[in-house]
Amino acid sequence: MADGPVAEVLLRQLAAADGGLDSAELAAKLGVEHQALVGAVKSLQALGEIIEAELRSTKRWELTAEGEEIAREGSHEARVFRSIPPEGLAQSELMRLPSGKVGFSKAMSNKWIRVDKSAADGPRVFRVVDSVEDEVQRRLQLVQGGQAEKLGEKERSELRKRKLLTEVTLKTYWVSKGSAFSTSISKQETELSPEMISSGSWRDRPFKPYNFLAHGVLPDSGHLHPLLKVRTQFRQIFLEMGFTEMPTDNFIESSFWNFDALFQPQQHPARDQHDTFFLRDPAEALQLPMDYVHRVKRTHSQGGYGSQGYKYNWKLEEARKNLLRTHTTSASARALYRLAQKKPFTPAKYFSIDRVFRNETLDATHLAEFHQIEGVVADHGLTLGHLMGVLREFFTKLGITQLRFKPAYNPYTEPSMEVFSYHQGLRKWVEVGNSGIFRPEMLLPMGLPENVSVIAWGLSLERPTMIKYGINNIRELVGHKVNLQMVYDSPLCRLDAEPGPPRTQGTA
Amino acid sequence: MPTVSVKRDLLFRALGRTYTDEEFDELCFEFGLELDEITSEKEIISKEQGNEKAEGASDVVLYKIDVPANRYDLLCLEGLVRGLQVFKERIKAPVYKRVTPNGEIQKLIITEETARMRPYAVAAVLRNIKFTRDRFGSFVELQEKLHQNICRKRALVAIGTHDLDTLSGPFTYTAKRPSDIKFKPLNKTKEYTACELMNIYKTDNHLKHYLHIIENKPLFPVIYDSNGVVLSMPPIINGNHSKITVNTRNVFIECTGTDFTKAKIVLDVIVTMFSEYCENPFMVEAAEVVFPNGKSYIFPELAYRKEIVRADLINKKVGIRETPENIAKLLTRMHLKSEVIGDGNQIEIEIPPTRADVIHACDIVEDAAIAYGYNNIQMALPKTYTIANQFPLNKLTELLRYDMAAAGFTEALTFALCSQEDIADKLGLDISATKAVHISNPKTAEFQVARTTLLPGLLKTIAANRKMPLPLKLFEISDIVVKDSSRGKNKSPFSPAESILL
Repeated sequence: MADGPVAEVLLRQLAAADGGLDSAELAAKLGVEHQALVGAVKSLQALGEIIEAELRSTKRWELTAEGEEIAREGSHEARVFRSIPPEGLAQSELMRLPSGKVGFSKAMSNKWIRVDKSAADGPRVFRVVDSVEDEVQRRLQLVQGGQAEKLGEKERSELRKRKLLTEVTLKTYWVSKGSAFSTSISKQETELSPEMISSGSWRDRPFKPYNFLAHGVLPDSGHLHPLLKVRTQFRQIFLEMGFTEMPTDNFIESSFWNFDALFQPQQHPARDQHDTFFLRDPAEALQLPMDYVHRVKRTHSQGGYGSQGYKYNWKLEEARKNLLRTHTTSASARALYRLAQKKPFTPAKYFSIDRVFRNETLDATHLAEFHQIEGVVADHGLTLGHLMGVLREFFTKLGITQLRFKPAYNPYTEPSMEVFSYHQGLRKWVEVGNSGIFRPEMLLPMGLPENVSVIAWGLSLERPTMIKYGINNIRELVGHKVNLQMVYDSPLCRLDAEPGPPRTQGTA
Repeated sequence: MPTVSVKRDLLFRALGRTYTDEEFDELCFEFGLELDEITSEKEIISKEQGNEKAEGASDVVLYKIDVPANRYDLLCLEGLVRGLQVFKERIKAPVYKRVTPNGEIQKLIITEETARMRPYAVAAVLRNIKFTRDRFGSFVELQEKLHQNICRKRALVAIGTHDLDTLSGPFTYTAKRPSDIKFKPLNKTKEYTACELMNIYKTDNHLKHYLHIIENKPLFPVIYDSNGVVLSMPPIINGNHSKITVNTRNVFIECTGTDFTKAKIVLDVIVTMFSEYCENPFMVEAAEVVFPNGKSYIFPELAYRKEIVRADLINKKVGIRETPENIAKLLTRMHLKSEVIGDGNQIEIEIPPTRADVIHACDIVEDAAIAYGYNNIQMALPKTYTIANQFPLNKLTELLRYDMAAAGFTEALTFALCSQEDIADKLGLDISATKAVHISNPKTAEFQVARTTLLPGLLKTIAANRKMPLPLKLFEISDIVVKDSSRGKNKSPFSPAESILL
């Protein structure tokens, strides 16, 4: 465009002018669109010191569409006034006129007209004065003529309130000659052709300089979601440690497998409507392994397997209630039950990473849906020391080596431990997971041999992801409100890599 | 986790030493507690209602301590102190005894009417107790904590404590028509009928949550003394007549409700915690409860249970190698008095009434491990040799994801729960044709159904990102939920969905 016709004309005008030119005036003079002139100015600027352009901002008053109509036809109130004959006009008729409604109240407040409410056939409107000065129209016409400054501040804002005037900001450029001014601009080459090389003409041609600061064209690509990238890494870690993946393709679970089989009592607060999503349809699970169910019932209500039990009335209907699973431990229970049916017992290592649902209060770090990671080892003679050992190996693969364990409580594990690691940034110990040894009241009714211990641990997937990718609000990570740009930009997931220096914006 | 708020200085005085915040935090970590917050009444009011309302409130430092949900014996300062002191071997665990009174035993008679509503009741007496302002506050606060936790917001058990000197037994626990119950309730100046009270308390921020427990019943539970004085109308409110104060010397405690086991536990907790302040510490005066069938029980139970566990079992389960004597010492520190018996390998453990959470040997194993110190246990790797297998559905999903991304699609992760409209109307379908699973009592429309297709989620993602430059190419591979009537169960078949926008 720097070599376009507009730019050429501009340069010639500039050469002839004394000092500088205003872009808006020049555009009007030349009969071109102001924007086209601005485009030419900008492209000339890019060539170097040929011109200088100073951005100026001017405010101007302009009429709105309604304002223009009034400047032409007169104000509503004046029109109302003019349409009233000497004998007056019925108010109902007046209101039907185009300017009627708006003009009537204004004309009344100007005391141009009056209403006789006691007239025979309805209220009647009469002129009060003989003639009026349509001030509003006059003022608008002044503005139209470019003489807005003749009006006072108060008058202008009044007209603006009535939406007849608007203040328009016009950005113009004051263009003047630059240090390298010339009316002829040579086109810059953007490509080196074989002819230029063979003829040697490249030596005399000006080439457009490279812009190394341009963003460039991003290659077309697809992207994986950061949370699922982290999930892939966790899957790898478990597979590397010899853990088999459990089937978890059921968001729906019965209360039996989600709570009762885990020795969680039926009056436990977690089984409240407040914390768990129960189903309306289908409301009940119809297929449960009944002999196992009876053993669970007995353990809850009377005890057994060395336990006092909870000593309450266990109800089958409560266990049948369908829900959206609140943890993936229900899948672990199913897997352990299946394992227990296989005789003789063979040790097993299981894991799962899948979605769970909690009906709790939502905030910046909590949603109704999130993902749980769970690992389980079933073998003879496992101890708390073994659990800690497995956790150490697991967390080392996450790059976490400093661990501390704290006594905790879960209805289905005893002993239970919360796992803490030292956060360098926050300079304190933060919880990274929960773990424990499943209670005999849960394992023995399944049919697992008495000397088999099952150790287990779990953590959420969202938390390490948010820490790794520096996301503070979980809604920016999960769900449809996620900013896709974040997904486009999220880097590789390397869980055990050392944290690098803070990334700067715009580095490729 | 329930939180107990205690005055720091009171706590330290009872513990016999001061701690820095870090030291106390460490102690909590060791024991299985969490020092959640260090604050003061002033700070709390300031945070909730602004600095002006906080003027004049107390500056006294409060420790907010998180306590495991199954440890009812740690829900008050008295219990915490006792637990920590025994843990640190500074005191021996007290022995709680039930004593029969010299004079007449207090009797609570349950009538048939209540048998149909809230049939269980237990009772006990704390004789010659000495309250101070702090002890009294703690006493009231413990009842509130128990109400919120084990009592399931008074639905299972309700606690009433009364000044015995203002009453005369025997007491009757019966149920009457609301219009027939009239008394002056706690902190009010005139008498009201039960109907009037139900109305009045509708706007009481504290009590309105409990009205539903008896609201629509034809009869309301009520406890009278032999002179017709109303002790309480459980689970709503006590009578003003028998209101306890700092000066009360003899307390009659009654717990009523629908769960007998929990009522007994609750009573045991209250009396074990506060009998410390009786003239004969840790002695609780018995009370008799007579059921409609004529059977009578003496409370509180204060049962001590004995369990015998092999020392090598504990060693094996924890992964340590302690002598039986050492293990017995560890357990005694956890309020489980133990001694070596028999062939030198058996440990007899006495489980006190304050440890109703110990129901299996594994609970004892945990306590041994806590006393040993979790972080002192040596880590070991299980020798479990297994070949890992991937779940085929997930394996395929992973392969597909990479190829979808390679093909230029961006992965989305959307919610499994959505509105009915999302999977029906907005897709031009009738909801009944979708075989969708419906959630009961959804809080908002966003939680009405589980998705039967991935399409709405993807479309919503595009809508939320409409300012992004085109093209937008999205994909998601995840579960959907569809009713499968043949098996009466739900299954989530594999369903990939893609969306292309040019």
